[in-house]
Amino acid sequence: MTTTNIPANAPARGRRSPLASAALHLTLLVASVIAVFPVLWVLLTSLKPASYATTTDFVKETTLENYTKLLEDTEFLTWFGNSLLVAGLTTVLGVFVAATTGYAVSRFRFPGKRGLMWTLLITQMFPVAVLIVPIYNIMSNLGLLNEPAGLVITYLTIAVPFCAWMMKGFFDTIPREIDESGQVDGLTPFGTFWRLILPLAKPGIAVTAFYSFITAWGEVAYASAFMVGDENLTLAGGLQKFVNQYGAQWGPMTAASVLIAIPAAIVFLFAQRHLVTGVSAGAVKG
Amino acid sequence: MAVHTSGQSVAKAAEPGRARGRRRDTAGAPGRFRRALSTHWYAWTMVAPVVIVIGVIIGYPLVRGVYLSLTNANERNVERSIGVNHLPATYEFVGLDNYTDALTGSQFLGTLGWTLVWTVSCVAVTFGLGLALANILNRRIAGRSFYRMMLILPWAVPGFVSVFAWRFLYNEDNGLLNKLLAGGGIDAVPWLNDPTWAKFSVIAVNVWLGVPFMMVALLGGLQSIPGELYEAAEMDGANAWQRFRNITMPGLRSVSTTVVLLSTIWTFNMFPVIFLLTRGGPGEATQILVTQAYKFSFEISPRDFAQSSTWGVLILVLLMVFAAVYQRVLRKQGETW
Repeated sequence: MTTTNIPANAPARGRRSPLASAALHLTLLVASVIAVFPVLWVLLTSLKPASYATTTDFVKETTLENYTKLLEDTEFLTWFGNSLLVAGLTTVLGVFVAATTGYAVSRFRFPGKRGLMWTLLITQMFPVAVLIVPIYNIMSNLGLLNEPAGLVITYLTIAVPFCAWMMKGFFDTIPREIDESGQVDGLTPFGTFWRLILPLAKPGIAVTAFYSFITAWGEVAYASAFMVGDENLTLAGGLQKFVNQYGAQWGPMTAASVLIAIPAAIVFLFAQRHLVTGVSAGAVKG
Repeated sequence: MAVHTSGQSVAKAAEPGRARGRRRDTAGAPGRFRRALSTHWYAWTMVAPVVIVIGVIIGYPLVRGVYLSLTNANERNVERSIGVNHLPATYEFVGLDNYTDALTGSQFLGTLGWTLVWTVSCVAVTFGLGLALANILNRRIAGRSFYRMMLILPWAVPGFVSVFAWRFLYNEDNGLLNKLLAGGGIDAVPWLNDPTWAKFSVIAVNVWLGVPFMMVALLGGLQSIPGELYEAAEMDGANAWQRFRNITMPGLRSVSTTVVLLSTIWTFNMFPVIFLLTRGGPGEATQILVTQAYKFSFEISPRDFAQSSTWGVLILVLLMVFAAVYQRVLRKQGETW
């Protein structure tokens, strides 16, 4: 601590030389620019006429042409709808199926609990590669390839273990005294869960739902393999139409990127404080 | 393997249970056994939906995947319908041939080598940067929430969108990065078209994607360390490095072991970054195990389902071994997990 004249009882911590402060601000600024720039650049490019997409000017003849073309001439809205449907159904089903399990592993000791916890953990490290072929063959036999239902079922393989794991973390943060008070009042464990715990866990459930929505929203491998044909694609597949080995249409690509990213980013920034708590709480307290 | 581990864990889990049971004994509650039984009944009913769903949509395909890896299944001999004709499966059981081929051939080991380099460098760099930024953000500094918001942005944007944004910047002929370099009189860099540069580029993008999560998680850990510890250490004359080494590091242990484990698994399986940036190219230079397995079953002709499944099973085994060893090391160091 190089600062002089510290009052005798003031905490020394937090005092810095102006030079150190400047260095910290500089570091944060550089990091922020790196973090924001690619996203910002896409936003700026989407507002330029498509023919100027690769110019280095920040702003050039600002226009919404890319957006109107994207919405009128491409299947973007169909892809958006498909993604919304698939991710929405996955989330609702995932949360619904996993909620009671999250509660049970958070509260009870029962034979098979450790095994279940391990299964939930291990299924989260399943590589796409181990399931994609068998699921592809099964879906193909059931006639579910190219169907949203097929993709929803597939995404549940990711969402169910994840939701159960994450909700356990949130249920852990609710004091057990509440369960005990429910039991004293004569509620069954189901009644306790349904009437007392679930209402308290709403924020946690919202975050879990949001997270599994985002995961399904951004999934690439299954969507690329299972969905073909312009009108069946989800957004992850649709964007690949604009940029492939034969060339790139940066105009519609950037406009589509902005339309996909903005709603997600806004909600995300509101929810993010709780996201990490959920993941790490579930994992740490095993 | 899973059975072995879980059996052991059950044995471990029984200990706190016993301790609790003893406490109840002293309370002398009658009918304890019956109550325990009914509690288990509820617990089992509650976990039933997940157990059934996992069994049907993960367990069954997994078993089938393992079986496929023991056959010579490909696009031309699996059960399929062509028009109105239904062709039965004609592939054969070949035992462990696929595994011996994979493990003795150079392709799997080569890809594994790069996958390890990719995973270790991504996780190490991401963790380092995340830790540094979290430490800075944990200080009293003007505009802290603004910086935090900006730094989190890469996490908030859907991954595939960011990857396309980077592809736009990396474009060799008219991407922004090369135009900026040209402005400084430097020749165009083949970001995604040269094997070495492409490896660097994919790692850079993955680090960019991963730092925000790491930073937020570690920041949460830092904020849970009581400030009194630092004050006490300062009283005792500990310098900044000693405080970091002896208070911050141990305080961050549980958070960082978790995020490193998660991040390692995610990076090892990071499909979208490689697939959307380079498709594993140029050549196979940036192909990691997952993208290569995907390529076997969906991008080559005829689609090689057997080999793809084999790689998939091998990836899973590698990750499980890693997670088990990781947990064991932690447990030896006194972690209770």
